[in-house]
Amino acid sequence: MESLTTWIEGLLANNDIFTLQTLSYYGEGLTTTVQLVFLSLIIGLILAVPLAIGRGSKHQWIKMPIFFYCYVFRGTPLLVQLYLIYYGVVFIEGIQDTWLWVILEKPFVPALIAFTLNTAAYTTEIFRGAIKSTARGEIEAARAYGMSWWLMMRRIVLPSAFRRALPAYGNEVIFMLHASAIASVVTIMDLTGAARFVYARFYAPFDAFLFVAAIYLCLTFSILYLFRYLEKRLLAHLKPSGQ
Amino acid sequence: MKIQTILGISLIGATLFATSANADVRDIRIGVDVPYEPMEFRTPDGELTGFDIELGNALCAEIGIQCEWVVQGWDGIIPGLMARKYDAIMSSMTINDDRRKQVLFSDPYFTPPSAWFAPSDSAIEVPYPQTLEGMTIGVQRGTLQDNYVTDNFGDVADVNRYATADDMVLDMDAGRLDIVFLDFPVGKATLIDSNAGDYKVIGEMITEPKEYFGDGFGIAFRQRDEDLAQAFNEALSTLKDNGTYEEIYGEYFGSK
Repeated sequence: MESLTTWIEGLLANNDIFTLQTLSYYGEGLTTTVQLVFLSLIIGLILAVPLAIGRGSKHQWIKMPIFFYCYVFRGTPLLVQLYLIYYGVVFIEGIQDTWLWVILEKPFVPALIAFTLNTAAYTTEIFRGAIKSTARGEIEAARAYGMSWWLMMRRIVLPSAFRRALPAYGNEVIFMLHASAIASVVTIMDLTGAARFVYARFYAPFDAFLFVAAIYLCLTFSILYLFRYLEKRLLAHLKPSGQ
Repeated sequence: MKIQTILGISLIGATLFATSANADVRDIRIGVDVPYEPMEFRTPDGELTGFDIELGNALCAEIGIQCEWVVQGWDGIIPGLMARKYDAIMSSMTINDDRRKQVLFSDPYFTPPSAWFAPSDSAIEVPYPQTLEGMTIGVQRGTLQDNYVTDNFGDVADVNRYATADDMVLDMDAGRLDIVFLDFPVGKATLIDSNAGDYKVIGEMITEPKEYFGDGFGIAFRQRDEDLAQAFNEALSTLKDNGTYEEIYGEYFGSK
């Protein structure tokens, strides 16, 4: 560890901007961004599955609220949602004295809530489309076997819908990573926050932002690779034969 | 040739002549970050005003040029000068060595202290790294207060960095910040004067060490615009001699 530090210090000699200190800001920023994006995607995904099923329900009172939720969160900018959840909630009288304040005081949870609700709305729409496009024949076959609605969903509809949704969901993951760049407006030191800090301190826009752009590219590349792998495994049956 | 055309051409000619008469120092645009009361802010009807704005207009009048104010966010204000979006920055910018590498400064026109502000029921008496351990400190991103707090308190306390002073005041009101570190006149105007009794100044005015707090506020120019800086320096000393500076100062900070 000691020798690693000296080695890095040697590399960074004669460099005003990328010192060990600023690199540690970027490092912490990377951790925060990954945590924020990963957690909001996981929670958003868990929320989106029942919502997507409910969105296709015959009952108006299940369908309409979900439609309204998706409409609002897809129809307004994420930045506005973040402002409302972070700065807006403090205008609710007496919120500082409730248990809610414990989770809303620091910027991380409000940002996580905004990101989760946003990605859940998009993911719901992606899944709904995939569920809706399930081949009629498969559903009729399941009914003919006497499957209950729940069993049919679990065995037939959802597995094939998830596969069909995979490419579109991969895009959503990458969009979410890029959208997370706005977290720094509510004082979170994410990757972009670290870059803005370095930029404001050294007045070096190229160095600060090119460096952070390279980190985002690496992250995007790993996500792309993961989804390419998943598609290869799960969508093998859709490939043209003989390949 | 129609009479309108002749008139038009001569009007254009006259305008060209009028500008070229003053060719050594041309009309300029000045970048400013609002709001930062009382140095620069908007009146309720949207007019720009404040100590910087009034002094800047007085300086331009003294030099005999037109000045247009361009509003620009703080964290991009020096790059904006380099990119020629405006020709000068007059926005409570403290002169220090880091910035001198990038821009050319006029003589200092104002020297404000920085100060700590906290809610009036705060138990903090003197802000040392020990007393602020585990607290949340608010600063405006990229300011010298940010640098000072980051270097001296960054290891023991959480530092929240805001894009504007307004966001910071909002979070202070919300109870998310234990203490903020600001230019004293700005903190006094935004926290103490407009919320009577809710906030207080903690500890003393801070102007040392010079390495952070520099030599006061200066007007920033591009390095090559030495003539322009010279013209502003001369105008500043004239205004200080003839009492105009005193008058504007008194209006915002009370008489010395």
